[in-house]
Amino acid sequence: MAAVLRFLIAVLLFSSIATASLSQEEEEFSEELLLKPLADRKVLAHFHFESKAPPTRTYGHHHRLFPKALYQLVQKFRIREMELSFTQGRWNYERWGGFDPISSSNAKPPGVELWAVFDVPHDLVDASWKNLTHTLSGLFCASINFLESSTAYSAPDWGFQPFSGSLRYGSLPREAVCTENLTPWLKLLPCRDKAGLATLMDRPSIYRGFYHSQRLRLSSTEFGSTEVESGIALDQTLTVVLQPTTSHRASMTYSSDSVLQPSWSLSSIFGRKVSGRCVLANSSNVYVQVERGLMSELKILHAEDEGSGADNLTFEKTWNNPGFELSIAPNRVIKEVNILHDETSIVLYEYLIDNYSNSEPFDLGFTWKFPVVWSSPQAPLHASRFLMGSGNERGAIAISLKATEPSDGLWFADTIENSCMLRFNVFQVVPWYVRVYFHTLQVFVDGKPQSVTDFIERMRISPSEDKVSPGVMEMALKLPCCVKSVTLTLEFDKGFLHIDEYPPDANQGFDIPSAVISFPDFHASMHFLKDDSLNKSPLLSKFQERSPVLCYTEVLLVPLTTPDFSMPYNVITITCTVFALYFGSLLNVLRRRVGEEERFLKSKDSKKTGRLGQLLSKLFAKLRGKSWEPTQTQSASSSLISSKLIFKVILVAGIAAGWQYYSG
Amino acid sequence: MEEEKETTTTTTKKKQCFWTWALASVIFRLVLIHFSRNLNLASRPEVSTPLTSLRRLAEGYWLKQSSISPYAGSMYHGSPLLLSILGPLTVQRGEGQYNHLICSLLFVIADFMTAVLIRATGQNLQMAYNQSLKSLGIVRLLERSEMLASGDIAALVYLWNPLTIVTCVGSSTSPIENLVIVLSLYGACRRLVPLAAFGWVIATHLSLYPAILIVPLILILGYGPDSPRRKLFQQRASIKVGENPSTDIHYQQKELASQPMLPLRFSWRLVVHFILWASLWSCYVLLLCGISVRQYGGLGEMFKSTYGFILTVPDLSPNIGVLWYFFAEVFDYFRNFFLIVFHVNILFMILPLAIRLNHRPCFLAFVYIAISSLLKSYPSVGDSALYLGLLGLFVEELADMQFSFFLFCGYVGISFLSPVMHNLWIWRGTGNANFYFATAMAYACFQIILVVESVSAMLNHDRMLRKLSIMKP
Repeated sequence: MAAVLRFLIAVLLFSSIATASLSQEEEEFSEELLLKPLADRKVLAHFHFESKAPPTRTYGHHHRLFPKALYQLVQKFRIREMELSFTQGRWNYERWGGFDPISSSNAKPPGVELWAVFDVPHDLVDASWKNLTHTLSGLFCASINFLESSTAYSAPDWGFQPFSGSLRYGSLPREAVCTENLTPWLKLLPCRDKAGLATLMDRPSIYRGFYHSQRLRLSSTEFGSTEVESGIALDQTLTVVLQPTTSHRASMTYSSDSVLQPSWSLSSIFGRKVSGRCVLANSSNVYVQVERGLMSELKILHAEDEGSGADNLTFEKTWNNPGFELSIAPNRVIKEVNILHDETSIVLYEYLIDNYSNSEPFDLGFTWKFPVVWSSPQAPLHASRFLMGSGNERGAIAISLKATEPSDGLWFADTIENSCMLRFNVFQVVPWYVRVYFHTLQVFVDGKPQSVTDFIERMRISPSEDKVSPGVMEMALKLPCCVKSVTLTLEFDKGFLHIDEYPPDANQGFDIPSAVISFPDFHASMHFLKDDSLNKSPLLSKFQERSPVLCYTEVLLVPLTTPDFSMPYNVITITCTVFALYFGSLLNVLRRRVGEEERFLKSKDSKKTGRLGQLLSKLFAKLRGKSWEPTQTQSASSSLISSKLIFKVILVAGIAAGWQYYSG
Repeated sequence: MEEEKETTTTTTKKKQCFWTWALASVIFRLVLIHFSRNLNLASRPEVSTPLTSLRRLAEGYWLKQSSISPYAGSMYHGSPLLLSILGPLTVQRGEGQYNHLICSLLFVIADFMTAVLIRATGQNLQMAYNQSLKSLGIVRLLERSEMLASGDIAALVYLWNPLTIVTCVGSSTSPIENLVIVLSLYGACRRLVPLAAFGWVIATHLSLYPAILIVPLILILGYGPDSPRRKLFQQRASIKVGENPSTDIHYQQKELASQPMLPLRFSWRLVVHFILWASLWSCYVLLLCGISVRQYGGLGEMFKSTYGFILTVPDLSPNIGVLWYFFAEVFDYFRNFFLIVFHVNILFMILPLAIRLNHRPCFLAFVYIAISSLLKSYPSVGDSALYLGLLGLFVEELADMQFSFFLFCGYVGISFLSPVMHNLWIWRGTGNANFYFATAMAYACFQIILVVESVSAMLNHDRMLRKLSIMKP
């Protein structure tokens, strides 16, 4: 018995050591897809792929799953963290939510956004950044190399991320994102889009969506900046907001105003089904997330149906409720644990793709049974940005922040104290041709102008330098909670560029990149019950991380005045003519001696003067303002001069013709 | 030109009239300042250039207050001394715009002082000139010239010039620049060497181009203010000597006694003093600047963003000059070449003008100011206002200047057309940059004609004097 026990213990120990060492040493890849019905009849699909490579020190340079290109990138430029996103469309914070992990980390500004933290000395950061932009530009077939120029990127201190010094941030709002950017991104996945969840990425259906954001985030601990060495982690996410096609049933109206949400299935929104997992993936899961707002609405429905004795637990565990129905029974139902929201919480239905195969593809259907109207959780302030003023000389940027409906439990803890304060940071990069006057910064609280120093806790400004660096503004503001709206305005002058600096379509205007509003006191995170199986899912563990709530404002389009692009030669010649006129006529006035001139003219007249002299004397007379009288001798000799001139012209023409004949 | 109009009005009036008119102009300015919010002149490209804009100065002051270098970013390009003086006045207070009014008042005072100094300079010039004419025995001209008080005319032209008024009300720093330029001329005419040196150093510090005024200042100090050619005095002296050799010594002594202000010899003493004082003042100014920019980039940064900004023309926003469009359009490869060419154009004319007009240093100063305001990289109407005012000092000499009516009409036409074209291009978007550039081009042409014609008229006047003085004996 004792021997058996000892054996068992030994086995257990060995296996645990083995698994521990294995989990440390093994590369990992996992694929996950999160589906979420949105309040405005759309569906959010969030693909999440995670690859992990163990530290080079213990594992070596050769990888089975981790993309070589990115590994080399990290090694070459000593990247500590990097995030690159390609986005088309704008995340609708009001309807799609602004206070959940997906919106705060996956809602990105339109175009390309890139930021990176380097583990190099401070003076080498810029050089690393420049090389990185070129490499990424080659890797992703995008014009990220435009971020190389010092006018395009900035070094935020604390307004964007808490890394100081070695962080560089740049964005290209104009960049068009399309399938040529997606293909290299898919190439980084071990199964590409040949197997697993990535097969769902049917290009026409993805790019038909309202919002499309493909993101790549690298974080590495290779360079000994932290104690724990976990190697390199690569997160690739693709977030799309799609409109399910409405069927006939959906158009049925239930009550006077509410319309049934369109039902959807994987095959109806993507046009494809999942035929099994990527065999290289450690886990391959699909989640359907039901928001808190929807859940509470459903509960009310449930209560109406069942009477007062509704059991919360059984209700939330079911996937078939009065509101909607899932076509396949989930493998597991995960419920968010939240101390603040006892009644309702987010529910996730988990499906394991391992169970499905080619013969039996996974095609989840989501059918609405009753019209439900709900709202998504909102960030404390809704930010929008706009331009003021008209004309092409000057204007003003206004960032307007409106307090959203204080959704339940937002004002936790603080409300108890007397001084409830809302803190937020504004990070804004302005290109140099928008010359911002920072002294004109005005703060309007609830529509009334207020002293700037009362609300701004700290501010860091680095003014723009013409053709060298953009203007960067980082502000930390503190507001009392009762404030309904805040508006920040800044006046600017529009710059005038050299004709070579205008883009091909100059009259379209120039884009000012999005401002970033972050709320350091608010963290969008979900809490789940402590369970080992949950930790295995990278997507859920990402959701559990505390990430500050972020939101991006709109991109602004500033029209700039254009010069005439066809004029350089005319301008050069006309200006030089005027300058020559100035120089020549002034010098002529200075060197002229009237008495000598008259004598000179007389002596000239006795001889034969050339045509040039005649012209010059005419010019002098003009400049003197006297009428020019041709002398008698001059007119007499004019016939001779003209014959001479004709001879010269013929001679030159003859030489030219000969030259043409012999050389041609 | 305006001065002709002024001539007819002022000749009939007495000296008291000057002060009433001057005060009237000050009151007119104050009235306009009251409505300056509605006039919105401060943002006009004709009034405020990147160098003189008060709004940029406010930005520089704000940056300095938040312990960033005022030259960080490409906003402020003026002097750090101006920043310390005018900066506190640009801060917007909560309710009233008290500071703003003080600032405008400062510019009105600067304008008024400029006018007073121009008047004093004019009186000084006229006195010296009359003396020298008397000594030459040309009395015919004197009879006419006694009626025209050129100083009063010049001062009133300066005060009532719409361009000056617009500059003053539009709160740009050019009234102060004009003041120090006129101060240096006044100091030189009155032989107040420290004052002349101070004015010259400050003017150079503020806008670089007045540096070329060192030539006329040295000539004024060396030879005294404007006079007919020195050769004429010598000729006349020799003729007198030849005519009545018995009284030659007596006559020469009398002549020397009668004109102590017109030394025929170059007085090196004053010039050396001037150079010493100028170096002293510039050391002082540099010291002050060094102190005020010490904790930021130091003097190197200051020179780079003031003089460097003037010389390399990086700001291509439209103004009434021609260089902005030229450098917006020219190929980058030739940019440096043309920068050199345009700046050398100013320098090239210094020597020929100085040789030909060395007997008339004040007029030489006027020509230099006109040329630099024509060719400077960021011209404004404030510069034109100064040389048009100084033009009034030479009313008698330039009485038979050609094209004066044509030039007057041209200036009036341009000052109406240029804002219209600017509005069409920038605000309405219906016009084109070329329209505005055409007005700038025409303005440059008119300025060229003014300079050339005034120089030519002055030389003709000299010729006439020579003829008179030769015929007289």
